[in-house]
Amino acid sequence: MDAANYLYLSALLFTIGAVGVVVRRNAIVVFMCVELMLNAANLAFVTFSRINGDLNGQVVAFFTMVVAACEVVVGLAIIVTIYRSRRSASVDDASLLKR
Amino acid sequence: MVDLAISVGQTQTPEALLFWVLAPLTVAAALGMLLVKKAVHSAILMASVMINLAIFYIAQDALFLGIVQIVVYTGAVMMLFLFILMLVGVDSSDSLTETIPGLRPIAITAALGFGGLMMSLISRATLGRNAIGLDAANSLGNVEGIAQLLFSRYVWPFEVVSALLITAALGAMVLAHHQSIQVRPTQRQLSTQRFRGESLANAAGLPAPGVFARHNAVDVPALLPDGTPAANSINATLQARGDMLPSGTFELGKVDTSKGEEK
Repeated sequence: MDAANYLYLSALLFTIGAVGVVVRRNAIVVFMCVELMLNAANLAFVTFSRINGDLNGQVVAFFTMVVAACEVVVGLAIIVTIYRSRRSASVDDASLLKR
Repeated sequence: MVDLAISVGQTQTPEALLFWVLAPLTVAAALGMLLVKKAVHSAILMASVMINLAIFYIAQDALFLGIVQIVVYTGAVMMLFLFILMLVGVDSSDSLTETIPGLRPIAITAALGFGGLMMSLISRATLGRNAIGLDAANSLGNVEGIAQLLFSRYVWPFEVVSALLITAALGAMVLAHHQSIQVRPTQRQLSTQRFRGESLANAAGLPAPGVFARHNAVDVPALLPDGTPAANSINATLQARGDMLPSGTFELGKVDTSKGEEK
């Protein structure tokens, strides 16, 4: 087995996450799919770090994790705020700009 | 080209076994996350994907990241997700009908195209040179190696990221802060209001819900002496939600006694 298999897995997970962001409508599930995409990118970083024999990739993956954590905190706070005013967590309901 | 790509990073057999067992599981869990209806089930599948990824990190000599993945993702982030799910309503499941017509076929076609592109790119790439592995870089230990990089070359991004974390925490607090519109009356004020109000009808407190000896649930209004239901015996929230049962059916004269004892 070669290390590039991890890259294939990473590409697959990223694609699945992207489909989820487009297809699903519950804002929380959409958020989980964004997390999946970030994690797939992290897997690619770790694999490249191993292929190149260099720890820089792992440091970047670490930074990605921190930024992802910030994103989750703020994003979920926004979801709660929207839910409080509209009683719905569906991304299709927040369409005031259309009218 | 392809031959070169295959020569990159030959791994040992145990790792190949680990990969071929866990990778299908990971993909299946990710697909399941996409397909299941309930958000809670998605969260559980997401957690399993995270754990599998942590195992992959550890298998690739990224011990520190593997542990951090478990602590941060399956610990903190998934906890946060489940917490918000509880807040927003556990049973808030998606209706799986499409609102934008033709969205799903387009999304799947685009995904197949994108995925195919990525796969062919990876298979064609030579990835530079033969895999070096992290044995030399991890000679002092993985945590020490990362710490050396983090506190020398990446010390400025590290500081910026800490500022980002503080800003995010503050932002979440501001967003989630709930400003109450009116001042909550004290017990003393409520008491004064009861006795100095327009009438003394509720001076002894509001009537309790339920029909005497027939039904005592909180969603059944009490009956007044003239047989009409007393709406103010029900919690205002239940009334607003419409979770109120008609009390008339529990009146003595109207209960169907032909079926015998009520179970």
